[in-house]
Amino acid sequence: MNRLIHSTALAGAMALVAGLAQAEVTLSVLIDNNPETVAMMEALTAAYTAANPDVTFEIEQRTGGAEGDNIVKTRLATGEMADVFNYNSGSLFQALNPQQTLADMSSLGGQGNVLDSFKQVVTSPDGAVRGVPFGPAMGGGIFYNIPIYQELGLTPPKTWAEFMANNEKIKAAGKVAVIQTYTDTWTSQLFILADYFNVQAEVPNFAADYTANKAKYASTPAAMRGFERLEEVFKAGVLNEDFGAATFDDGMRMVSTGEGAHYPMLTFGIGNVKQNYPDNLNDMGFFAQPGNDAAKNGLTVWMPAAIYVPEASANKEEALKFVDFVATVESCQTMISAAGASGPYLIKGCELPADVPQAVKDMLPYFQTEGMTAPALEFLSPIKGPALEQLTVEVGSGIRPAADAAALYDQDVEKQAKQLGLPNW
Amino acid sequence: MTRRSPYPYWFFAPAAVIYTALFLLPTVAAFWFALTRWDLYTATFIGLDNFRQFLAEPFLISGMSNTLIYAVTTSGLKTVLGLLLAVLLTSGLYAQGFLRTVVFFPVLVSTIGVGLTFTALMHPTKGAINVALELVGIDGPGWLTNPTLALFSVALVDLWKGVGLATLIYIAGLASISPEYYEAARIDGATRRQMFWRVTVPLVRPATITVITLSLIGGLRSFDLIWAMTKGGPGFSSDVLASTIYKQYQAGFYGLSTAGNVILFLMIALIILPLTLWFNRREVDA
Amino acid sequence: MTRRQTWTGIAALAAATLIFIVPFVFIFLMAAKTKQDASRFSFAWPADWQLWQNFVEVIQTRNYMLLLAYFNSTVITVGAVTGLVILAALVGYVLQRRPGRMSNVVYGFILAGLMIPPAVVPTIWVLQGLGLFKTLHGMILIQIAYNLAFSVLLYRSFIGTIPRDLDEAAIIDGAKPLQIFWKVVLPLLKPVTVTNIVVQSLAVFNDFTNPLYYLPGKENVTVQLTLYNFQGQFLSQFNLLFMNILLVTIPPLIVFIFFNRQIVAGMTAGAVKG
Repeated sequence: MNRLIHSTALAGAMALVAGLAQAEVTLSVLIDNNPETVAMMEALTAAYTAANPDVTFEIEQRTGGAEGDNIVKTRLATGEMADVFNYNSGSLFQALNPQQTLADMSSLGGQGNVLDSFKQVVTSPDGAVRGVPFGPAMGGGIFYNIPIYQELGLTPPKTWAEFMANNEKIKAAGKVAVIQTYTDTWTSQLFILADYFNVQAEVPNFAADYTANKAKYASTPAAMRGFERLEEVFKAGVLNEDFGAATFDDGMRMVSTGEGAHYPMLTFGIGNVKQNYPDNLNDMGFFAQPGNDAAKNGLTVWMPAAIYVPEASANKEEALKFVDFVATVESCQTMISAAGASGPYLIKGCELPADVPQAVKDMLPYFQTEGMTAPALEFLSPIKGPALEQLTVEVGSGIRPAADAAALYDQDVEKQAKQLGLPNW
Repeated sequence: MTRRSPYPYWFFAPAAVIYTALFLLPTVAAFWFALTRWDLYTATFIGLDNFRQFLAEPFLISGMSNTLIYAVTTSGLKTVLGLLLAVLLTSGLYAQGFLRTVVFFPVLVSTIGVGLTFTALMHPTKGAINVALELVGIDGPGWLTNPTLALFSVALVDLWKGVGLATLIYIAGLASISPEYYEAARIDGATRRQMFWRVTVPLVRPATITVITLSLIGGLRSFDLIWAMTKGGPGFSSDVLASTIYKQYQAGFYGLSTAGNVILFLMIALIILPLTLWFNRREVDA
Repeated sequence: MTRRQTWTGIAALAAATLIFIVPFVFIFLMAAKTKQDASRFSFAWPADWQLWQNFVEVIQTRNYMLLLAYFNSTVITVGAVTGLVILAALVGYVLQRRPGRMSNVVYGFILAGLMIPPAVVPTIWVLQGLGLFKTLHGMILIQIAYNLAFSVLLYRSFIGTIPRDLDEAAIIDGAKPLQIFWKVVLPLLKPVTVTNIVVQSLAVFNDFTNPLYYLPGKENVTVQLTLYNFQGQFLSQFNLLFMNILLVTIPPLIVFIFFNRQIVAGMTAGAVKG
């Protein structure tokens, strides 16, 4: 009994304190801990508070990757989500059970500024748009260190064979050719995910057949190739010594400062370098993951993450007003000046400045030519298995053969498809 | 008996209510939810599919074998080293009291804190352990990044943290052995080694049983240290049942997670119950 | 003490210092370093002592979350241990004094409680049904349920050493059962109660898994969870992470210094009789 009185008194005291602080609205915000994300969200919230002094924000950071996915899922399922949060669009958005957990944003005025291609990837099965874009679209490919390329007289490869030949020359020069960073397990997936342009160039129906349970990674040679390439890079012995213990931060440092030559990554890593190693920003170039055919070279593209408001938020109205504010050209420019122009924004009339970093200059031509880009699989199909990144760590560390991992991933995906209740599974 | 007992059974009631509602009821309910696809609101009956899934996916199976390996390794090492340390620390050494304190303190420290600390010490290139090994010319391994080593590295840290408790239990056990036994052995001309094997080991049997049982149960249920150090990686190479259960929970596969719980429950029961019976029978024989 | 013993002692001292003390020194050194210095992970003296700055910075992180965490952990620990002591003493008392079929059944459940891993998601489901999920009092009840078995066993074996004459004298005086327990028995249990308090406080304070599952939400954060959550926050600020580890290690150290004897008694109880 003592205990109960104790905690009741406590709850009362806490409510009192909370009441005093709540003369104004404080919106809680949960974002991933990438410096680019943090810088953008801080700039946006500061701008919003400047315009609406009675609204303040409390920003909380979380890790990325599968663990970050799980934090978001668990907090939504247990009703503990912040009032505003950022998260991937596409299949990961679908796995949040958005129809029940996320607020409908279809009627926000700001949606008029958003490109339709983005709205598609944040639309729940009932047709309601439930997010607005946060940050730029990204390319998935390979960062390279320009001084190393100049020193060794290399040119960016257009085929996988050229890429591996470059790696051999870099290795022969006593340098780290390919950087991998498996402490942040999500970074291990890039060789597979960024290969999707090459997959669809060979098998245009893969996404649809995959969703319908007709095509599998293990039985589609073009799709399997990503797993094989990861294995090939490991077997070539061109990785950094501490690949198992390095982090995403380490990877961006290494490729920008010349501790390593290649780092397969999404272009949002540019923001990281801009924050941590601004002097090295233009030492870093970028190319799409090469396939077999130089004539069919193109870039796999990621839609930006979105910001969402949980349906259960106690401050839903205020949070939606903030979201509406984010979906404007003005906010888009705020994000560009905070985090740099690392890719095209999906807000109508939001232009990039002329002086973009070198890696962005390398990426933009892909967008300017018809047929040189393809969306990543996660924006074409709602299924992405939760164990992919552990499997890719295994392949990339030589623990498991590529074919084996692809077959296991096909099984993993089945769990997710069943939980989503998709037909044919 | 008409008089009411001065030791009424209702004294059990308050504890029983809490225990039943929050421990027994969920344990029983687990056997039902393990047969469903479940999102916390609706549970769809799917028979034994979750168990089939557990037995079909190699990384879930490896979780089971890793659990066994981890439990047996940590329990075995704690038993052996605990006894040796206890003998050493009761032999009238210099600074004996201080040493006991030093060996025991890690038992009381936060597991997460210990895990994070050793993750830094075991870093393959920068960590103090490999830097020290390099000084004497040894090229240290990737303690937590080498898939065949990761589970054992975590088990070593578990040993570091837990051996103090085993030592303590053995010290108490040794103290209860009457000095007369050693006296008699000495008169018979027994060597130190003979005394250890013929007197100490048989007579600390109760302590040995406690140490084995406690550390085996702890090892089978182990989660925090593994989660703080490797999160089951690299890949799935240090995943144990408890971390698999947590991952499935996080991924939103609640039925599958609960099936993992049931498997863990059965595994512990199948190991500990026969072991306890065997220990008790031997005790009667002796 | 022979010469040989002295030398073995000194060797053991050196080895134990290396193995058991160096990691704690490492925590302390890391906690005193600057961000760049700490990221090298080296076992070296800090180039620039920042112990106090790091302390202030960790305390201020996320709006003084660590202070809230200490408050929550204290509430949970005090609540759970108070409950455990009273409920376990009641059970242990009757269990020891009144053998019979009922007591055997109860004893069986208690042994099961020591062994069985809690079924996590079904427990969340029950907690949600009772409105106890994500609440401190729910967490207190969980800790009582999970740690009850150990406390009961401690009490039961201690009560076995108290002569029955004492309670029988009170019975003859016409005292009610609860009065006998409260006025006669409980005061005699003081030594084992202290042991219980100390051992269970440490267990509850250091618990990570259960708050991780049953106590999500930042206003419910506990000390162990801050450590885990700050990993994401202090991505490359290992000095702050280790300052946090240092702060989490201090409460057990203090308890250990003052209650060494009771901890030893509690942890070894049962070992001798098997």
